[in-house]
Amino acid sequence: MPQTAQVHAETRAAKERSPFVNAISEFWKSYRKNKPALFGTGIILVFILLAIFANFIAPQGINDQNITNKLQAPSAAHWFGTDDFGRDIFSRILFGARLSLRVGFLAVIGSIVVGTLLGILAGYFGKVLDVVISRLFDILLAFPSILLSIAIVAILGPSLNNALVAIAIVNVPVFGRLVRSRVLTVKEEEYVVAARSIGMGDMRIIFHHILPNSIAPIIVQGTLNIATAILDAAGLGFLGMGAEAPLPEWGKMLSDSREYIQNAPWTVLFPGLAIVLVVVGFNLIGDGLRDALDPRMKN
Amino acid sequence: MLKMSDPVLKVEGLKTSFFTDDGEVPAVGGIDFEVKEGEILGIVGESGCGKSVTSLSIMGLLPSPPGKIVGGHIYYQGEDISHAKESKMRKLRGNEIAMIFQEPMTSLNPVFTIGEQLEEAIKLHNQRLPKKEIENRSVELLKRVGLPRAKELLKEYPHELSGGMRQRVMIAIAMSCNPKVLIADEPTTALDVTIQAQILDLMIKLNKETNTAIIMITHDLGVVAQMCQRVVVMYAGKIVEEGPVKDIFNHPKHPYTEGLIQSIPDLHGKKERLYTIKGSVPKPGSITKGCLFAPRCEFVMDKCRVNTPELSGGEHKSRCFLHQEQGRKEVRT
Ligand SMILES: Nc1ncnc2c1ncn2[C@@H]1O[C@H](COP(=O)(O)OP(=O)(O)OP(=O)(O)O)[C@@H](O)[C@H]1O
Ligand code: SF4
Ligand SMILES: [Mg+2]
Repeated sequence: MPQTAQVHAETRAAKERSPFVNAISEFWKSYRKNKPALFGTGIILVFILLAIFANFIAPQGINDQNITNKLQAPSAAHWFGTDDFGRDIFSRILFGARLSLRVGFLAVIGSIVVGTLLGILAGYFGKVLDVVISRLFDILLAFPSILLSIAIVAILGPSLNNALVAIAIVNVPVFGRLVRSRVLTVKEEEYVVAARSIGMGDMRIIFHHILPNSIAPIIVQGTLNIATAILDAAGLGFLGMGAEAPLPEWGKMLSDSREYIQNAPWTVLFPGLAIVLVVVGFNLIGDGLRDALDPRMKN
Repeated sequence: MLKMSDPVLKVEGLKTSFFTDDGEVPAVGGIDFEVKEGEILGIVGESGCGKSVTSLSIMGLLPSPPGKIVGGHIYYQGEDISHAKESKMRKLRGNEIAMIFQEPMTSLNPVFTIGEQLEEAIKLHNQRLPKKEIENRSVELLKRVGLPRAKELLKEYPHELSGGMRQRVMIAIAMSCNPKVLIADEPTTALDVTIQAQILDLMIKLNKETNTAIIMITHDLGVVAQMCQRVVVMYAGKIVEEGPVKDIFNHPKHPYTEGLIQSIPDLHGKKERLYTIKGSVPKPGSITKGCLFAPRCEFVMDKCRVNTPELSGGEHKSRCFLHQEQGRKEVRT
């Protein structure tokens, strides 16, 4: 039977590959069936490529002004039209992608690192530390995230980097709580008790059992949070608390153009569309990851 | 008196409580027993009688809070370890005293291969062993616990193995450092009958080969009959009967033990219906006066509700007034 022979060959091949590669291929099998997630991945890949190659793709620089050419409707020369300084909106959006993606990734990585550390301290070592850290999270989460970011930026001074720091701080409790609850669950798992029963110490248990079993939910939450981080950065930019002129940050572009919304709607439309696409893209990926990773997490 | 070899593990008046929102729950209420080198000791009792709490107390693995050893001593080779430092316990665990658990499905980490987990266990207590040597030892351990295709198994994940295979892997991990005492907390409860028998045979074989003492925790006296030399019967956090397995099967001296014996399936051929002891284990600490078994006992007397019987007798002890009066006959069935 050629078919069973093939199946055998396949399982044998699967056995011979490294466990890590196996896990990835298993994940991909389930992820690729998820059409919306693939769509989201497509969007984000396109944005990442555009951001990386912005220098080569963009017809103009971010601050090439041409006042005589201001507020031009989209045309062959200016695909997305021009703004009130006569700058090419398409070019600005490409460079803006760099800013937004950078803020999104860096802020989330920062939150994950700090949140994971605090979550482990709280969940694993517990007691007083847990009370202190958990209260801190509660307090941070009691404020609407954008208000808290505004307050932090107000203290640090408005700039894109400070907005990034603010967003990272605001999102720390999201990961802190997630990791803490994973730690509490995994800590009680029989395999952790079993590991301790053969003499494994705390650090090894944390790195060998608890972190590996927390990575999947962190990745899912992280992806979803990139979307909110980008949205928050745009919000701060819109409020004048983020990127400063002439940086082509999308939120800033929106707020700078809002008086032209009637006469030159493209000045608002395209930055807005860029934000929406990126946010939707990351959300779709996040949902897809959750669906693909979760069954493996049900121990 | 007979000169007996010294016990490797001796538990003396062990009391373990959980401090919950509803107050102190005395899960283990003062128990004494000992295990000699190479011996297989059974601990039986219904669910909730404190068997697991006893073993976790010995291992120093009580969930704390809320669990705490509030009294008594645990001697390992003569040294009291009941309040030993975590660093000291970590050296003992695996190396000297190891444990296997009830659920082979959950006692392996789902995200690592069998090999990774087995090698990790070997490395824990043999840091300087070369990689090749560790791998050889893993393969050998898997073979020793009767697992075929050992080399391939090393690369497989726990979910690719059956329950029986996983329990064998757990035994391999527990035996990886040649412990002197192996605590097996209902190692076969989650497995079906044929697999159960194979695992028990494996444990007997390992006991003979390595002279590792085994504390076999179970709620099934059938398992005890198959494996153990001596047995301790626990009820509601206390020992109610203790002695050589043969004596206890032939002349049980506590109505509870008798009930357990009658509820063994298929011991005397097919039974129409399995005997069950009426009622259920009282909540720890809920009975403060008299015999703990009185509410369920067929032979209950007036004094059972007032006075608390002591554990008494020679080699074969029981905690029941029926057997503490001189000349009293055996309990009728
Ligand atoms: N984490 C805990 N918190 C509070 N009480 C507990 C806890 N763990 C155990 N107990 C108490 O200890 C008692 C004994 O539990 P234990 O797990 O030792 O029973 P067991 O004899 O092992 O039963 P089983 O056969 O079901 O495994 C239980 O009745 C319960 O009330
Ligand atoms: S002491 Fe009394 S109640 Fe307790 S087991 Fe013996 S006969 Fe039954
Ligand atoms: Mg138990």
